[in-house]
Amino acid sequence: MKPKLGVFDFASCEGCELQIVNLEEDVVGLVSAVDVVSFREAMKEHSDNYDIALVEGSITRESDEARLKQIRENAKIVIALGACATIGGINALKNLHELDEVKKIVYGDKADWFETYPARPIDAVVPVDYYVHGCPIDRGELLSVVKALLLGKEPEIPNYPVCVECKLAENQCVFEKGMFCLGPVTRAGCNARCPSHGNVCMGCRGLVDNPNKEAQREVLEKYGLTVDDILAKFTLFGTYQEVTGK
Amino acid sequence: MKSVDVNVNVHHLTRVEGHGNIVLDVKGGEIQKCVWEVVEAPRFFEAMVRGRKWDEMQEITSRICGICSISHSEVSLKATEAAFGITPSEQTVRLRRLLEHGENLQSHILHVCYLVLPDLMGVGSVFPLIETHKDAVLTVTRVHRLSNELCDLVGGRTTHPCSVYVNGFTSLPDPKALESFRTRCEEGLRDLQALADIVASVSDKIPPFERETEYIALTSKEEYALYDGDIASSDAGTVPVDRYKEFLQEYVVKQSTAKHAKHLRASYMVGALARFNINHEQLTEGAKKVAEQLGLKAPCHKPYMISVAQLVECVHSVEESIRLIDELLDRGLKHEPIEVKVKAGRGVAAIEAPRGLLVHDYEYDKNGVCVAANCVIPTNQNHGNIQQDMEALAPTILDKPEKEIELTLEMLVRAYDPCISCSAHLLRLRRR
Repeated sequence: MKPKLGVFDFASCEGCELQIVNLEEDVVGLVSAVDVVSFREAMKEHSDNYDIALVEGSITRESDEARLKQIRENAKIVIALGACATIGGINALKNLHELDEVKKIVYGDKADWFETYPARPIDAVVPVDYYVHGCPIDRGELLSVVKALLLGKEPEIPNYPVCVECKLAENQCVFEKGMFCLGPVTRAGCNARCPSHGNVCMGCRGLVDNPNKEAQREVLEKYGLTVDDILAKFTLFGTYQEVTGK
Repeated sequence: MKSVDVNVNVHHLTRVEGHGNIVLDVKGGEIQKCVWEVVEAPRFFEAMVRGRKWDEMQEITSRICGICSISHSEVSLKATEAAFGITPSEQTVRLRRLLEHGENLQSHILHVCYLVLPDLMGVGSVFPLIETHKDAVLTVTRVHRLSNELCDLVGGRTTHPCSVYVNGFTSLPDPKALESFRTRCEEGLRDLQALADIVASVSDKIPPFERETEYIALTSKEEYALYDGDIASSDAGTVPVDRYKEFLQEYVVKQSTAKHAKHLRASYMVGALARFNINHEQLTEGAKKVAEQLGLKAPCHKPYMISVAQLVECVHSVEESIRLIDELLDRGLKHEPIEVKVKAGRGVAAIEAPRGLLVHDYEYDKNGVCVAANCVIPTNQNHGNIQQDMEALAPTILDKPEKEIELTLEMLVRAYDPCISCSAHLLRLRRR
């Protein structure tokens, strides 16, 4: 029997789920290997009987916790999909401000009508088995993780910095161009997409497990920058990791 | 009217972006409750942009929506440029227009074929169609791939573009790739005709419900407005973009974490049908032909025809892409250094996102740090119109079986292609 797959989302832009649709013809291959039994964005049918749960989005309110815990209970394998789910991502930027103030600014005197708390990645609420990083995820990487699981193998999630892939792509170093980049401490797996397009790495895939702080410090010193510079930039996607020290 | 009891309670409506509920409660033929509720988790973008620098604004606001990240990115860049008094080069504007057509095509195909067509074919999703209508599904994926490849080629990434920047592009598409893409656009037009034929074959399944409302969209003398223009209303002429608050009046309602909006009537409509009603004469010839084939005539007051207007725009976007690529290749792509001079000020910009009029309004201090921001999202503007349509539609279908009432209401909300994440991802920051 084919393994059953469910796709779920919390606070997010749903851009990572969109990458599943963006697999194009490979979707046809995917549904020949797994039974998609729940995917609210794409299908009307729903079942609570699934083996693999793909979960996009951050947890930002009490009422979403029960739904996530139920997903964890139903699934054998939970995969966090994209920066909002894996590291808190952009959502956690609001954690840098007072919550009452934040609510009042948006909803004015109606602030009490709506519930919210500081944004968290899903592993702050339930255990997570695998992480597909990025904002958005790379659809090729998602496919390779699902393929590995179907073959009973451990998926390979890179644990080296973006600089490695950037060098392989033979890009001129972003720092040499007088710009500032999070490539030295950010987890690879994106093929250094942003630096390869003339932009800088903004750290959407989160920190590598053991970031080489000394190497980063040397790079910063060489180009006259400070740790504060990198921390300010890192808060774009990494506020949750930064604040909790995870 | 028959004395009936109806209880429709659709929790987390499927095949739409984001989380919404439909509730219809009828006792003895009397409607007790009829609401479209938005229950999406609000994300508070106002807090996210507070104190962030100008070069991060596009990065942050792009994440309001995964489906229309390119529209959010481009209008964000335009708002920052307006604040700094920057006029981007012709090449930059041409590339942005091309990129926007890629997104328009991607978003519309996703909606028409993956979200709406299953209802017209009597199935719950596109997945069973892979078995029963494989050729049709492969045609859909081919056009969808075409749109995504255009976004990749020009924006550097399908979703959340990474080569767009204030006053320029950080990298340019390879001219050879553009040329081969142009050839495939011709194939794309043939595929779109095949999709139009499929929609025509099931068009009797499109509910005929009709309710006139106010239609609001950008309009321009030069072209079918998507990237730029003034704000036009079917009821009240036009205003320049920086006076958007005269037309787009937002308010908070308890049933929805997303705001609603109104202008002269109880509600108004934005999106492909509003654009078609206001600007249809400026569509490309191929797009006009498909409109005629599918019986879409301006003014059209049938919300279920939004999907047809989107399919018409798909043809327009591919034909316009061909024209823009020809212009880019004729002139030759040149590397242009990006210059940005920061200054204090306010910048307002508007764009037609696939789902309708989108406005970003920023205020920067002298260091280019954002101190005030407001963002008016297409779906917010449509929520009120969906509610008004539901109230007008429900009494006319109470004699139908409950399942059919439920499906008809679901299809109504789906027709609007609501982007609920977008609409609940409010962005408003007032200076204290």
